[in-house]
Amino acid sequence: MNPELQGRVFAPTAPYLVGREKIREFARAVFASSPINTDTDAAKAAGYSDIVAPPTFPVVVQEATLQQLLSEPDAGIDFSRVVHGEQRFSYTRPIVAGDELTATLSVTSIKTLGGNAMVTAESTIVDAEGEHVVTAVSTLVVRGDDA
Amino acid sequence: MKVELGEVVAENTYSLTRDSLVRYAGASGDFNPIHYRDDIAASVGLPGVLAHGMLTMGFAVQPVVEWIGDPGKVLDYQVRFTRPVVVDPLEGASVTVVAKVGALDDSHVRIDLTVTVNGSTVLGKAQARVSLA
Repeated sequence: MNPELQGRVFAPTAPYLVGREKIREFARAVFASSPINTDTDAAKAAGYSDIVAPPTFPVVVQEATLQQLLSEPDAGIDFSRVVHGEQRFSYTRPIVAGDELTATLSVTSIKTLGGNAMVTAESTIVDAEGEHVVTAVSTLVVRGDDA
Repeated sequence: MKVELGEVVAENTYSLTRDSLVRYAGASGDFNPIHYRDDIAASVGLPGVLAHGMLTMGFAVQPVVEWIGDPGKVLDYQVRFTRPVVVDPLEGASVTVVAKVGALDDSHVRIDLTVTVNGSTVLGKAQARVSLA
């Protein structure tokens, strides 16, 4: 694990167009029952322009940023030793179908604890206008050789 | 909406099967084989095929969404993954979620989630901040 990764900011990901059927597929997979996740009429009645993604949906967009981190040549992260430690989503507004989202990853902290390294990776997700939508923060535990 | 500190606002139990894991893999794009292949799970020293942590995080907030009635009112949601959820090929796994009011002010409430399998908690510091407006 390369400690110089701390503070590194990666290139923004290619825009991700949030599809209505993708939201429905994701909603079903996480046992979501709210009609606002699946029914455009219910979503519009609640004041949204289209169906709303479940709270953990940004993980789909964040995935591309974590791939950037793991494939960074000098990162020294062995994927088979990575365990997901913590996750957080902090919203400015909900994600709705039709959003075009771009994520920018920064490595905010690297800590070593025993033989393990803890990497905190923050993906800032903005819409087509550049306005903040949600920040997804993952803490990954990279197990050391002896762990 | 009137709520009180410590009040249990929602609870639910989710039955996970291997089908649930395959469905979540497809929906999320996380195709790590420890979530569907026993041989690979065993080869890396796991007690069995595990549910995706993000799947558990994903449904654990659903009782809160049902209670507040709008997924867009969840402003902040965080968890720690403290114990893996092993999904038996025949029996699956049963995950219980209890959602309790942990803090509140005039316009927001913090819901604390207790998420357990067979009485053992699998998520730590699982908290959702919800708008009451």
